[in-house]
Amino acid sequence: MSKYFHSVELDADRCCGCTNCLKRCPTEAIRVHNGKAKILTERCIDCGECIRICPHHAKNATATKPEEIENYKYTVAIPAPSLFGQFKNLDSIDIVLTGLKKVGFDDVFEVSRAAELVSEATRKLIKEDRLNKPIISSACPAVVRLIKIRFPELCNNVMPLFAPIEVAARIAKREAAEKTGLPREDIGVFFITPCPAKVTEIHSPNYTEKSACDGAIAISKIYPALTHAMDHLTEVEPLGNSGLMGIGWATSGGESAAMLGDKYLAADGIENVIRVLEELEDEHIRGVDFIELNACSGGCVGGVLNVENPYVAQARIQNLRKFLPVSLNHLEDGELERMLWENELTYDADIFRLDKDISKAMDMMSQMERIASGLPGLDCGSCGAPTCRALAEDIVRGKAKETDCIFKLKARIQNVYDQLSNI
Amino acid sequence: MSNAIHLHYDVSGEDFTRAGEASGSVKKRLKALGYDPDAIRRVAIAMYEAEINMVIHADGGFCEVDIYPDRVEILLSDKGPGIPDVEKAMQEGFSTAPDNVRNLGFGAGMGLPNIKKYTDEMRIETTIGVGTNLYLTVRV
Repeated sequence: MSKYFHSVELDADRCCGCTNCLKRCPTEAIRVHNGKAKILTERCIDCGECIRICPHHAKNATATKPEEIENYKYTVAIPAPSLFGQFKNLDSIDIVLTGLKKVGFDDVFEVSRAAELVSEATRKLIKEDRLNKPIISSACPAVVRLIKIRFPELCNNVMPLFAPIEVAARIAKREAAEKTGLPREDIGVFFITPCPAKVTEIHSPNYTEKSACDGAIAISKIYPALTHAMDHLTEVEPLGNSGLMGIGWATSGGESAAMLGDKYLAADGIENVIRVLEELEDEHIRGVDFIELNACSGGCVGGVLNVENPYVAQARIQNLRKFLPVSLNHLEDGELERMLWENELTYDADIFRLDKDISKAMDMMSQMERIASGLPGLDCGSCGAPTCRALAEDIVRGKAKETDCIFKLKARIQNVYDQLSNI
Repeated sequence: MSNAIHLHYDVSGEDFTRAGEASGSVKKRLKALGYDPDAIRRVAIAMYEAEINMVIHADGGFCEVDIYPDRVEILLSDKGPGIPDVEKAMQEGFSTAPDNVRNLGFGAGMGLPNIKKYTDEMRIETTIGVGTNLYLTVRV
C-alpha cells in the first residue's frame, strides 16, 4: 500500500485528459500524462476541488458503501451537521435521525454534540493559556494536511484537539459497548460525511494511531434511501441532543461563534484559506486569537459529497437552529485531557523540497529558473503540468522534458524544417 | 560549491495591494530549497516590511535577492526622499506614514525595528533627495 491513503481517486475511463482539474488543484498535485490525469499522492490534501470541477465526473471519492454496515452486530451513525441542511421543509433534526435508524443503523449520535464539547474544551484551553496564539482550528482535515506540507512555522499553532468526528466516534462506541455488552470490534461507528478529506482522516489520522470511526458513508450515497425512509416515518423519535452551537459548525463561522469571543477570523474556500495562512506565516494578521479555516466555500455545507447547494443548505441550517438551546453538551471531569492529540503535528519537509542536500537543491533551482525563463509563461497546461514553473520543476526532477511544451516543440520542428530546407 | 541563486524584483509604487509579492515569491523558493523554517519566516517578515516601506515612502523601487546555502542577502533600493534621521526611524513607534496608510493598518512605526529584529545584519545607506539602499542578511 502507498504511504499516503487518499479518498480522492481517478476514474481513468472517464478522464479525457483535459486541464480542468490540473488548473484547479491548490497544491499542484495533478499532472496529465498520456492523456490521463494523475494525482501526485504525496501532495494531495483531499480537498475535493478536482471532484467539484471535473466536467466528466472522472474524479471520485472512495468511501464506505452503505451495505458494509452489515459486517457489524451493532451500528451507530454519526451524522455531520451539514446533513441537516440537505432536506426541504425540515422541522426537526429528529426526523433525519429517526430516518437514519430506519435505513439500518441501530443508533445515532450527532457529531454536533461532540462539536459542542470541542468548543467548550477550546474555550477552556484558551482560558488556561495552554495554546499557542493565534490558534488555528484543526476541524478541517484538508486544512491540517495543507499546513503539514506547506506551512512549517504554523504546525505549532494548530489546535491539538480531536476534531468533533473523533470525539463523537469515541463516545458513541463507548456508550454502545456499555449499552449492549458487545465487544468493541462488533460495534461499527460510521460517519455520514460531506467530504472526502474526512474519509482520509478516518483512514489515516494524523493525531492518533487508529480512529474510533470504522468508516464514512457519503451523504450523497445515503441520501436516496434516507429521504425515502424519512418520507415514510410513522413516528419520530426524540433522538436529537444538539444545541444551536453544535449545529452551527456546519457553516463557516459556526466554530468561531462558539468561542464566545470577538477576536476571531473565519475563512472559507481553499484559495482564501491559503491566503490567510500565507499572511499568518508572515505575521501580518495580528490581534486575532482564533482562526477557523474551512477548505470548502461556505464551510462543511460546501463539501463535495453533499447534494444541496451550500448556500441553500446554510439558510436551512440557520432556520433549524432558531429555536434550539445554545448548547446541550458539556465536558465531564477529565474528558478534555482525553480529547488531546496523541501525536504532534510535524512538518512534512519532503513534499515540496527539491532535494535533501541544499547544494543540490540550489543547482536544481538555478536550472529551474533558467528553464522557466525560456518557457512561454502562458500556464496553458498543455504540457500536462499546471504552470510553466511546475513544468520547469518536473523537468529538473527528471519527470518531464522541455518538448512537452507545445511551443517549444513547435520551435524545435520549425528549426528542423529550416535546417532541412537549407540542404 | 554551488552558485548563489539570484532573483530580481521590481516593486511597484503605484499599487499598495501588490506589496508582498516579492517576499511571497522568495518564500516559495526557500521552501522548495528545504531552507530552515525559522530563517524562511524571518526573511519573509523582514522583506515584507521593507517592501511596504518602499511602497509607502518611496514610490517603489527594486529588490535583489541572493540565496546561499547558509544565508540570504537582500538589497532593497529606492529613489525616494531618503531618511533624514535614521536613529529616529529605528525607534519603535516612530512613523512618518500618512493617514491614509495608517487607516489600512500600516504605519505603526514598527517597520525598521521589526526588520532589525528579524535579520542578522542590517545596513542603511540613505541620501536625502536621492534614495535609500537597505542591505539585509538572514543567516540559517
